[in-house]
Parts: sequence; C-alpha cells; structure tokens
Amino acid sequence: MADGALPVLDVKNLKTVFRTRAGDIHAVNSVSFDLKPGELLGVVGESGSGKSVTMMSLLRLLPMPPAEILQGQVMLGGRDLLTTGEDDLRAVRGREVGFIFQDPMTSLNPVFTVGFQIMEPLRRHMGMTRAQARRRAAELLQLVGIPDAERRLKDYPHQFSGGMRQRVMIAIALACDPQVLIADEPTTALDVTIQAQILELVKELRQKLGMAIIWITHDLGVIAGIADRVMVMYGGQVVEHGPVREIFRNPAHPYTRALLQTVPKVHGDRDDKLRVIEGQPPIMVTVPTACPFRDRCAHAFDRCARENPARREIAPGHDVACHWDHHEAAT
Amino acid sequence: MTAPRRNLVEVSDLKLHFPVYGGLLRRQVGNVKAVDGVSFDIIEGETLGLVGESGCGKSTCGRAVLRLYELSGGAVRIDGEDIATLSQEQLRRKRPTMQMVFQDPQASLNPRMTVAAIIGEPLDEHTDWSRARKLERIYELMDAVGLNRDFANRYPHAFSGGQRQRIGIARALALNPKFIVCDEPIAALDVSIQAQVVNLLEELQERFGLTYLFISHDLGMVRHIADRVAVMYLGRIVELAPVSALYDTPLHPYTQALLSAVPEPDPWTETRKERIVLKGDVPSPSNPPQGCNFCTRCPRVMDICRRIDPPYREHAPGHFAACHLLDETRTDQPKDGARPEQDQPHIHQGEDA
Repeated sequence: MADGALPVLDVKNLKTVFRTRAGDIHAVNSVSFDLKPGELLGVVGESGSGKSVTMMSLLRLLPMPPAEILQGQVMLGGRDLLTTGEDDLRAVRGREVGFIFQDPMTSLNPVFTVGFQIMEPLRRHMGMTRAQARRRAAELLQLVGIPDAERRLKDYPHQFSGGMRQRVMIAIALACDPQVLIADEPTTALDVTIQAQILELVKELRQKLGMAIIWITHDLGVIAGIADRVMVMYGGQVVEHGPVREIFRNPAHPYTRALLQTVPKVHGDRDDKLRVIEGQPPIMVTVPTACPFRDRCAHAFDRCARENPARREIAPGHDVACHWDHHEAAT
Repeated sequence: MTAPRRNLVEVSDLKLHFPVYGGLLRRQVGNVKAVDGVSFDIIEGETLGLVGESGCGKSTCGRAVLRLYELSGGAVRIDGEDIATLSQEQLRRKRPTMQMVFQDPQASLNPRMTVAAIIGEPLDEHTDWSRARKLERIYELMDAVGLNRDFANRYPHAFSGGQRQRIGIARALALNPKFIVCDEPIAALDVSIQAQVVNLLEELQERFGLTYLFISHDLGMVRHIADRVAVMYLGRIVELAPVSALYDTPLHPYTQALLSAVPEPDPWTETRKERIVLKGDVPSPSNPPQGCNFCTRCPRVMDICRRIDPPYREHAPGHFAACHLLDETRTDQPKDGARPEQDQPHIHQGEDA
C-alpha cells in the first residue's frame, strides 16, 4: 500500500514476560514493526509464538501481574501507549484501535443484546445518545451483512450462528471508525465456507473504510489472500518480515520455508510425503541468547547456538533473523 | 496394496437420529437427524476421508460406525459381521478389531493415569496377559509411535499436544485392530506438528495394514492422506469419489464451493481466484429443508431441488453424487434459470500461472 507514508502504528523493541511461580516466560522478545495507513499486516506463527501476546501488549490488555511489559515503545498518533495513563488508554481501546478476538462465542456477553453491545462503545466513546447509537448500530450490522439489522439488534448472541457472531464482533470493532483494527485469528473457529464469507467481507470493508489492519493467523492460505505484508513470529521474536509475495516467493528463514512446505495443498500437485518440522516449539524460559529455532533447524551451525540472530535486510522491505544465508542453498 | 481388494467396512443406509424432547410433559417433539441414510464401503487397507463442515454429522457418523451410539437404522458390517445387531457381549469381543483416535488428546486421555496405564488399558480389558508381557507390548507400542520408553510412567500433562496424540494412537493400536476411525486427529495440533502425526498414521498403516476412516474438515490434509473421499452435508453424503476425481472434477455444487473456499498459500492464485462464496449458514438438522438438503444455499438451485430429494448415483466409475444438475443433463432439458454444465470447472480459474 502507501509506501513511505508515515506509519499509524510504530512498535519498537517490545518485551513482555510472564512472571509465573515456575519462573519467567519470555513471551515477546524485542519485537518491532510498523503499520502504514490502509495496509493489512499479516502475523503468522504457531501457538506460543507470541503473536497474540504482542498484540495484547500494545493496548495493555494482558492481566498484570503475571504479565509485565519490560520495555518498548508503542507509538500511535504521536504518543506512546505504554506510558499513557489507564484513562487515556481506555479512550484508545475500541475508539482508535478496534479488536476482534478469535472466538466469537466467548467474546460476546451472553446476557446483553447484540444491540446493546454494539451501542456500548458508541455511547461511551462517541458520546452518542441512545437513539443515535441505535441508528448507527443498525447501520453497522447492515454493513457487515446481517439481514434485517434493525430487528436483530434486540437478539442475544446465542440467537446468532458462529459466522454471524463473528460479523457482530466485526461490527463492534468498527463501531467507532478505528484507525487500526487488530484481528486475532478471527476465522480460525469458523468453517471454510463461513471463513470465505468473512474474508470477502473484510476485503470489501477495507476498500470502503480504508483502515489499517493487523491480522493474526496460523493459516498461510488466509494470509496469501489478504495481506500486503507478512510478519512471521517464532519463539517470541520476529524471524522474517516482508511484502507478501516476497515472503511466499523467496522465503529466507528456514522456519518460513519449512512452514510453507508442511501445508498440503487442495489444488495443484499432490505431495507424496509431507515435509515435517521435527521437534516442538520452544518455551522461552530465559532471555534468548541463541536462535530459538536452532533445535529444529536443518541448517543450524555453531554460531546459531552462540548468538541470537538480529534482523537483517536481504531485499527492499524484506528482513530475516537468521545466520544462515539461504542463497547458499541454491549452490 | 497388492492384496485382493475386499470391503472391510460396509455401511448401508446408516441413520442416527437424536430425539428432541419438549413441552410440559417432555414428550418427544422431533428428531435431530445427525446422520440420515449414509452408505459407503471402505476397502481393506485404504483410507476413506470424510469431510464436511461442523455440524454436518461426520463425527457422529464415525462414532456410529463403531456403534458408540445405538443406531436408529441401517447396518454396519465390519469384517463381514453386522455390528448393529450384536449383543453387548458379542460387541465387546468385536471391539479389538475396531478402534478410534479422538480429536482432542487433552480430553481423551485420563489425567490421573500414567502413559503406560493408558496404553495398557485395552490390554487389561481384552487379554489375560501377564504384567511383564503387557509391559513389553506397551514399550513396543511406544516405540512404534515414536514415544520415548523412559516416559512410560509420566502423566499426560507432561506431554505436548502432538505427543499426546501419539499416546492416543498407541492406545488405539494396542489390540492390533484392523480398522481405526480417526476423528479429527490433527485438528487440535499446530501446523508444524500436524504433518508429524499424519506421517506417523501413514507409516503405521503401511506397517500394520490398517484401514482408516479419516474424519477431518481440513481438505488439504484429507487430499494428502485419503484414497477416496466422502463429502457430507447435513447428515447425508453428497459426493464420494477417488481422491483425484473429487479434487480435480468435483461434481456436486457443494463440493465445488467447499474446495473453492479453501484459501491457498499462494498470493498469485489467491488474488485472482474466483471464489464461490456460499450465502448463509447450514440449516438445522432438526428441520432440514424439503427436497435437496443443499437447496437453501446452492448457487445453482432449480425448482425441482426444492421438491424432490436428488438420488445418490454413480456418475463415473467409483464417483457417486446426489444432485439434480447431474441428472438433468442426462434426461430432459433444464428449465428456467437452471444452467447446465457449462461453467463446471469454476474452481480452476487463474490456477495455471
């Protein structure tokens, strides 16, 4: 999207730990990224890779303790969200930054009507009257493709199907016209045909509303269809980042490369044997002094155990955190 | 698979209806037709994939095939014996030949039992072996599924998701079964772990000559592991075909939509692909639509679909489907609004670049 434009969101060196009785878990280790206006940034990683914790840290949505943000800077609209007061931050949540959570079943309150839940941010943040908020809520439901919107405002979440509930979640997230929308695995709990509906909806809404989106997922297929840029996370770090086509055409990190090969395709040639990434994802009990992927990496060498690789740029806008030079593989 | 091809499992007109009670007297007011007249065979040594969206009845079907539910109708012949009519004791003696691997390894392993006790439980139940012999077998199974023998006395919580699924697989293998129902065995696992478990299942199949019913909503993985695939929608099988035929030339509009809905990890085809987006949700199985089950969401619905249930027929060798569109082209001309075959290969647009 808009290259060179000033980012709406700029995150630098974010570090989050969980202080548990069994010891510290370093869930996010020096994560930096930015988000340009109108762009869709895809964040890929397995469970435990730190992708959700990173995004929750931005708005300090994690329970503290046990979570603690050790350092970092989250610049949104000229101020650092990590140092703003709780009251100011509350004005940011839902107003400037919208959040869509994974499971629409558990993130809607079952005892309030859907209308009430959409109107809540409108009345709180936008100072609308009940009647104004109701009108806007009906518009929003219509926008996300729920038929008979006016009447459905009075319904409770259990009266909606999974896909419809996720549409309601999207309507709530969009209510105050946020600059940034963070979607945490919004389609993972849904069936493929419903996922396809939601993806179409998001593409359409992007064109209409033009907000910047961070889309967290473990599904590379979803990323391929909607993202402009991709950030691959592993062991609480960004291991690779770049424009979507670049990542899919020239993946440089052994983890990204392996990930792309472990997914069996629905179309095209059928693979005989699935490529496997041996071993387990790491649990980050110490500040990493070595590459977190080295135990599972086919290309690991002595340096990987000594030194955690820093991100280095290998093509315009494409960087990777790896000591191994993937061009060697070709020769 | 050079052995003579015989059907190990024959399912005919399987029905499983759950009663719905309502009203003041809690009388039965209706049925949820979770599985409503399903027929298929599984050839010895093959993997039959069973796919569909949540709520389509695929898991219920898998459980019914092992008679974990009492059937509402139909027959399930496993190794020549109809298990629907067996007495409890006969059924118990039949159990060793047919086993199951469950979806959620967290929920299907007793947290208070050690791994050895979990894997050995079927042996306690069905054999009179000595302790030493059982332990021997447990170690053998742990080796087969790639678990370290030293961990035999640990509890499930000490294992990761992928390892837990290996425990579940070892338990299913304990009695040397012929037939295993795998109910979404990889759905709860991370992408990089899924491939490990699927490769293990394939390896075990080759080694022990197992026959699988592999239930999944992951169409990519089913394409990889299955020999033939059945697609379920609202309690019925709408299409069943060898894997290449189903994925390359799907006949039923639902299969076509399902395949086109799967996002491909490839930005080039993804941005150009014409996707068939189905409108709406799956209807409730307690109140299925009249006529064809799929008529409320079908992009190519015709008049006849709302009245008459399409017959389930063989349209090419081994390729079964139930759709009026397929019959139309054979018999009479399609009526108003109905489009015949011309736009069949919908899904492959923009694929070849």
